[in-house]
Amino acid sequence: MSVTEMTETPLLTVEHLTMRFGGLVANNDVSFVARTGEITALIGPNGAGKTTLFNCVTGFYTPTVGRLSLRHPDGREFLLERMPGYRIAQSGVARTFQNIRLFGGMSVLENLIVAQHNKLMDASGFAIAGLFGLPTYAKAEKAALELAKYWLERVRLTEFADWEAGNLPYGAQRRLEIARAMCTEPVLLCLDEPAAGLNPRESGELAEILTFIRDARNPNGHRTGVLLIEHDMSVVMRISDHVVVLDYGRKISDGDPTSVKNDPAVIRAYLGEDEDAELPPEVAGDLPASVVHPAPKEI
Amino acid sequence: MTMPSHTAPTPAPAAVPARPAVDWPGSLKDAATAAFVALLLTVPLVGLRTVDRPTGLSIEARPDEVIASIVLVFLGRLGLGLIRQGLALPVLVLALAAAAVGLALPMPTQVLRLVLVAGGGIIALRAAITLTTGRSKLSQAERDRRMDRVAAKVQHATKYIAPVAIAFAVALPLTPLADRQLLDIGILLLTYIMLGWGLNIVVGLAGLLDLGYVAFYAVGAYSYALLAHYFGLSFWVCLPLAGVLAACSGVLLGFPVLRLRGDYFAIVTLGFGEIIRIILVNWYQFTGGPNGISGIPRPSFFGIADFTRTPPEGMAAFHELFGLEFSPLHRIVFMYYLILALALVVNVFTLRVRKLPLGRAWEALREDEIASASLGINRTNMKLAAFAIAAMFGGFAGSFFATRQGFISPESFTFIESAIILAIVVLGGMGSQIGVVVATLLVIGLPEAFRELADYRMLAFGMGMVVIMLWRPRGLLAHRDPTILLHGGKTPRVNAGAAR
Ligand SMILES: Nc1ncnc2c1ncn2[C@@H]1O[C@H](COP(=O)(O)OP(=O)(O)O)[C@@H](O)[C@H]1O
Ligand SMILES: [Mg+2]
Repeated sequence: MSVTEMTETPLLTVEHLTMRFGGLVANNDVSFVARTGEITALIGPNGAGKTTLFNCVTGFYTPTVGRLSLRHPDGREFLLERMPGYRIAQSGVARTFQNIRLFGGMSVLENLIVAQHNKLMDASGFAIAGLFGLPTYAKAEKAALELAKYWLERVRLTEFADWEAGNLPYGAQRRLEIARAMCTEPVLLCLDEPAAGLNPRESGELAEILTFIRDARNPNGHRTGVLLIEHDMSVVMRISDHVVVLDYGRKISDGDPTSVKNDPAVIRAYLGEDEDAELPPEVAGDLPASVVHPAPKEI
Repeated sequence: MTMPSHTAPTPAPAAVPARPAVDWPGSLKDAATAAFVALLLTVPLVGLRTVDRPTGLSIEARPDEVIASIVLVFLGRLGLGLIRQGLALPVLVLALAAAAVGLALPMPTQVLRLVLVAGGGIIALRAAITLTTGRSKLSQAERDRRMDRVAAKVQHATKYIAPVAIAFAVALPLTPLADRQLLDIGILLLTYIMLGWGLNIVVGLAGLLDLGYVAFYAVGAYSYALLAHYFGLSFWVCLPLAGVLAACSGVLLGFPVLRLRGDYFAIVTLGFGEIIRIILVNWYQFTGGPNGISGIPRPSFFGIADFTRTPPEGMAAFHELFGLEFSPLHRIVFMYYLILALALVVNVFTLRVRKLPLGRAWEALREDEIASASLGINRTNMKLAAFAIAAMFGGFAGSFFATRQGFISPESFTFIESAIILAIVVLGGMGSQIGVVVATLLVIGLPEAFRELADYRMLAFGMGMVVIMLWRPRGLLAHRDPTILLHGGKTPRVNAGAAR
């Protein structure tokens, strides 16, 4: 482990996470940590339970067993397994989806402004001050616009700002989803297969964006840890600082990229596949919204 | 009326330079088939009619109507076939002639007139399209794109149309045209426009299909009627109270219901609308049951003056206050301005809220709930807000309705009202403010204008809805402009398809 890892307190701590769907155990006693200033990659074959783990962390599922705690750099701590999804998002966890979920009928810029909803809602006094055009709201909206512009520039979508998001090319939609997540000013960014469907040039750009997010301080001064699900092993090996491998819901390996790459358990799980080989793109995808609520929990 | 079937054996399209010979036998056979289908359908549907005689119900045959409709179907089908074979111009002339005959000459029945005018019009339109584009039919996508462009143009023209329309609406009662009947229609239209705008917040912005909007209208109407009846409160005190009570009922309904999705949600709101109506019918002691409440007080002039000739103690008379001749029309004009103002309040609210986080969150929820939650949007609160606000506007409209009618009963708040308001929103194009106005003029205004066709109003209404759903499922003027622009519209927003 490197020095920075030792000094940083964990940002996200997952302890004994188990998620069952009826008889199916999608996550089985998984524990690991993710740190600020690092890209933690979560890899594993199709159906290994990676997306399920994300859904637990972001509150879309309530874990059957386990503890998920988020520790802000300023020391505040949140127990994620007890919180509804929108509260988790408010406490600094942003995510993207395996199947892109943009607000397709709204413009690119609007997508980024919606991401700053809570901040703006407060400034607009639950719309009352906003309706009467009070200056507090105008100021807040201007700041929101600045942040949106900053991320548009970062993901190189400035010229598309007024396009309908649904009309963007695929790669641009992926980048926009990341920008939208970053506009919530998260401490932890969870990306579910952001490189899926990108061509090599685009996934190179994506890697750049991700390392930028890891290293740079946000305009509001704090840094963002990245939790990444990825199939493209070349991307994983190039940019991640820490790799967690899942197989059939269990964690089979955890460590830095080189040690994980040489771990016999990992090689077995991938059936001796060459580590550079790209796994087939996942077909399962996010389940439709109607089945996304196994536990009656408000998201 | 039969829809043209596109499996009909037709020769190559008319785009070929050398005009192909017209396949007369084929076309005649095709038209005859259509006429035969029409015969099968019209004999039971049109040809027989039950008549209420003193001796009981009896059946009467109507051969004239059957023959007329079969001939019309035959001619119409033939016309469509010929258009496809390059004879668009003669068909255009003939169809226009038929429509003109239907309009000008006296017809044995009104239906015949309607069919002649509408049928002739549709075929003429087809022929005209063929003449301009060289094809007999636009593809769905192409038509959609054209309508989108029209909708976008209308939306942008609203900047200029809206002030003119408002000025017109304001000036209307002052013109000599304004008689009692015109003002009544104006008030009716404005009431529906207000309701349409109110429902548009829930359906168009927040994307919640509410089939029971009339419940809030009823709550508002009964709030005023009962408060006035039991406590003698005036309209100006009750108007805000009715809004608050309707909003509360919206929250009350919203809490359990908003967790449901899509169809389930729609069904429960439908049930809620019925429950309110059934309570109103059955709570006899309090609401007057099916007899309703009569003698609901009329509004005063903001509590200062009254519109009667001899006002009650302590109240000035409106005509004396302003030194006018007494006229019963004053109150109607005042009502007209009142509902105009209320409707405009709803409109201004919607236009403003779309640019606020609340409105943007509604639209985001409509687009994708899961993604909204992942951005920290509290879905329940946002939806409750949409529901409560729309309910409040419905309540305002309801108490206006009560004071205008002076009498209300549960009859006025049946499901069909909800359906009509929803039809206005959907027809106009969900989320489109100008669409609601246009749709209200179509759905409420046209039937009102053709009162003599009363029997066929609902038929025409249903037919119109079917045609729109086939032809333009997203609604007439569905078009959304972003609420905030980075480039100020300087770079063109590239249209669908260009970037794919
Ligand atoms: N809501 C659900 N209900 C039932 N089974 C589910 C649900 N979500 C995921 N699963 C199952 O859990 C397993 C892990 O799925 P997932 O987390 O999507 O895998 P990955 O993202 O690693 O490919 C799969 O077998 C999947 O079918
Ligand atoms: Mg997955």
